[in-house]
Amino acid sequence: MAIRRLDFDRIPQAAVLSAAFFIASLVSVPVGPSSVHLILNGLMGLILGWAAVPAILVALLMQAVFFGYGGLLVLGVNTLNIALPALLCAGLLGPALRRSSGRASLAWGAASGALGVVLTGTLVSLSLGLSSSDYLPAAKVVLATYAPLMVAEAAVTGFTLAFLLKVAPELITLQE
Amino acid sequence: MMQLTLAQESAHGDWLGRFDPRLRLLTALLLALTVVALQRLPLLLTALLLALLLAWRVGLSGPLLRKRLLAMEGFMIVLLVMLPFSVPGESWLTLGPFSASLEGLWRALEIVLRANAVVILLMALIGTLEPVVLGHALGQLRLPQKLIHLFLFTVRYIGVLFDEYQTLRLAMRARAFVAGSNRHTWRSLGWLLGMLLVRSLERSRRILAAMKCRGFSGRFYLVNPNVWRHRDTLALFAAGGLAAILLLLEQTL
Repeated sequence: MAIRRLDFDRIPQAAVLSAAFFIASLVSVPVGPSSVHLILNGLMGLILGWAAVPAILVALLMQAVFFGYGGLLVLGVNTLNIALPALLCAGLLGPALRRSSGRASLAWGAASGALGVVLTGTLVSLSLGLSSSDYLPAAKVVLATYAPLMVAEAAVTGFTLAFLLKVAPELITLQE
Repeated sequence: MMQLTLAQESAHGDWLGRFDPRLRLLTALLLALTVVALQRLPLLLTALLLALLLAWRVGLSGPLLRKRLLAMEGFMIVLLVMLPFSVPGESWLTLGPFSASLEGLWRALEIVLRANAVVILLMALIGTLEPVVLGHALGQLRLPQKLIHLFLFTVRYIGVLFDEYQTLRLAMRARAFVAGSNRHTWRSLGWLLGMLLVRSLERSRRILAAMKCRGFSGRFYLVNPNVWRHRDTLALFAAGGLAAILLLLEQTL
């Protein structure tokens, strides 16, 4: 469904941006004593809109195939877990973000980063818990590990969006 | 340029290369689904050994395989530690108020074996394909055209953008940037990502302009020499037979 919304004309754009997100997720961000890799789904939703869904699917497919993370069998679930929060971020926080400026845009950006991670963490735990009760304790641990990620993601997404609003506002408003 | 494929220059490499890429995709999917359905430890162990044999046969080196697997093992270790304590059953180890059950341990081992077998299998069969070849094979398997286009474009530009990222990172290093856990780092990284996105957008405009200039009308044609041969059919039957035997043993044992 989301694929149909993507014009052929916009494929190069969506592809180059999804490649950029793929690279961005390789950056390790230090938080306290450890470091995390960002998911950036909040940011992707805000910039790509509906195109975020196929972009996330492609990025996950490449991770699964070339790095062995995740796996092909859970690709569908994973895409949903990451893309749904992306769309929600775009829908809920997008309008407010576009109207804001200065410190407020930093705050809205940070909120979208945090929201994306929290929703994804919740969905991942839910899908682990639902698939088999064996995974339930592990799901709780997974949820706990999302806390530092949320901090880093909120901070970095906030600054990225504030920067983009100043430098290239057309990037955030270019949906459909 | 970033290394995406696991393909190794090795003598064994082209043994698998003689088959149609579509066969590798189908076989990988078939065998992975079979392994997921298995529940008995000896059978899972057999599947893991078969996957390792395959990985060795296609020339995946040990250290590389280990590095890729490590990413997954984090979660697996959590599972291995937590499950014995959470599944009720006969206890074999007591730590204060917690007791670990034998059933939980078996369950955890089962999951770890299964996950490793599937991942090694997929890495050996699909991870060694060239990304572009994989895209074409997916296209021939009738996946949505737009998705395939997106995949091929993304594969193409990951390398380019990684170079871009390296350049930006080098510029940061030249200004003595050291990542730490502080506001400065997060702001710098946020701006780095922002810059990366701005540059990507500009690049995508140039790409679209260049493609239109060459008469791009919304699709390009997948030219590929993949031909499905008899031996591919035979290999698919062999893989299907193997899957059937494993499932049969699972039922009868």
